[in-house]
Amino acid sequence: MSTEAIIEVRAVSKWYGQFHALKNINLTVHKGERIVICGPSGSGKSTLIRCFNRLEAHQQGEIVVNGVALHGRMSNVAAVRSNVGMVFQHFNLFPHMTVLMNCMAGPMWVKGVSAVEARQTALQFLERVRIPEQANKFPVQLSGGQQQRVAIARSLCMKPDVMLFDEPTSALDPEMVSEVLETMTGLARDGMTMVCVTHEMGFARAVADRVIFMDAGQILEEGTPDEFFGNPRHNRTKLFLSQILKH
Amino acid sequence: MLYQDTVEAEVLVHKPWFVATMFGVVLLVFMAFNLSGTGFAELMRPVIGEPQTSGIYGRFAIGFAIAVMFTLNVVLIGFAPLKLQIGIVWLELLLLFMAFFETFHLSLPFIGEKLPFLITQGVATTLYVSAISIVIASVIAVAGAVAKLSNNGFAYAIASFYTSLFRGLPLLMQVYLIYLGLPQLGFVINAVPAGILALSLCYGAYMTEIFRSGIQSIDRGQWEASRSMGFGFALTMRRIILPQALPVIIPPTGNQFISMLKDSSLVSVIGVWELMFLARTLGQKTFQHMEMLISAAIIYWMLSICLELIQSRIERHYGRSKMR
Repeated sequence: MSTEAIIEVRAVSKWYGQFHALKNINLTVHKGERIVICGPSGSGKSTLIRCFNRLEAHQQGEIVVNGVALHGRMSNVAAVRSNVGMVFQHFNLFPHMTVLMNCMAGPMWVKGVSAVEARQTALQFLERVRIPEQANKFPVQLSGGQQQRVAIARSLCMKPDVMLFDEPTSALDPEMVSEVLETMTGLARDGMTMVCVTHEMGFARAVADRVIFMDAGQILEEGTPDEFFGNPRHNRTKLFLSQILKH
Repeated sequence: MLYQDTVEAEVLVHKPWFVATMFGVVLLVFMAFNLSGTGFAELMRPVIGEPQTSGIYGRFAIGFAIAVMFTLNVVLIGFAPLKLQIGIVWLELLLLFMAFFETFHLSLPFIGEKLPFLITQGVATTLYVSAISIVIASVIAVAGAVAKLSNNGFAYAIASFYTSLFRGLPLLMQVYLIYLGLPQLGFVINAVPAGILALSLCYGAYMTEIFRSGIQSIDRGQWEASRSMGFGFALTMRRIILPQALPVIIPPTGNQFISMLKDSSLVSVIGVWELMFLARTLGQKTFQHMEMLISAAIIYWMLSICLELIQSRIERHYGRSKMR
């Protein structure tokens, strides 16, 4: 893990109308680092990572991704976004395109890659998420776990510097969670920089370099998995962990 | 088709109460009409004697005979498989419709003589006026829908003013306003372009709303996924949103196309020689109005059927990605 920062968040605040969604967030994501963000629902964790590719706007503070500051009047937002892969809770595959086309679209339309090359890359990444045989099917013909793996492959085809995961397993059947987590673990092993919002504590323990706990728009606690799970400092964290690890 | 229950209900037309009610209603309806002067009454002569003097008994007998035939017909069709049922009912309704036309005692030679001109001039004009208007209206609709969904105050105001105005005025009045009003501003405009302009603007306004609702029906996640990969607005619209909105947009748009085809008859009031205009004028000299009107009616209907078929084809085409 190098010390080069990919995402820098400095004193960021965000409001939805009167509601203070993010309160003075400071966070640095280094190259090759795997970060897991957890916390109760409504704590602002999804909002935070959606700010990293400006799907959401922050009102105060500064977010710098790959050396580019994100703000409302930036002209190169497409360039920043195409370097930040995002995987959504509900997959958000393009249902009118085949799996292969879903993976080819980004490189072809945004990066101007030739169809032949895009196809090659797409097949390579579909291989990597272990569903090359589904390439010519439409998303609805796939199971939830397979769809999420396609969504991961689709993001990887853009060759991003960092991958954001927004509760990637929350909408999946229990049996399909593991296949997606395995794919993500594989990515982590290959050195991909990752920020994951997830409640999969086993994944956090095994993969994360740092676990961040958010509540009510603030980062309450952060540390290595050993510190975080072994010796949580904050009462709110203890309560959360006791709830989530009870089962 | 509606989502079908797997529990099979008894066929409605085989339920005794339904059959009895149907029989009774048909009997009463045909008793209420005096059919003693018709060919059917002549056929019944062996039973009821002289039709004109058969009185209430004659009426009852005729109504009873018709009710028996009608009920028997419906019950028998009830046994047929679905596709056959649809075919038979269509055919029977068509025959009844033809019988209605038959009562006008149309002069077929007259129709045969005028039909070629009705088609080469009338249908051709109707088709090209509608086709051009449909294309322009679709372009307006896409632009209008995007404008109505945008954050730009000017775009929204212009688009909503436009849809409000052109949906709020009768199409006939728009045709007059454009044909007679534009020359006041110094644009002298021919009848055909005026008609096309009126149709495009009016249907563009309706279709703007259809396109807008179609675009809005697409899940927000599709925008987010596109954006997260760096797609710009135009690319997202063209490649992601509109292709998915099309299956939603097509059924009501098909409706609009069919409706436009027939509303193009309104431009006949400014003297465009399309189907309706010719249908009214060709028969005038010899007072054979019905011949031409009915011919034109059948032509309009056949053209609409063609559009319906095209629409269902396109719907099937876009249904592919939804199939498992």
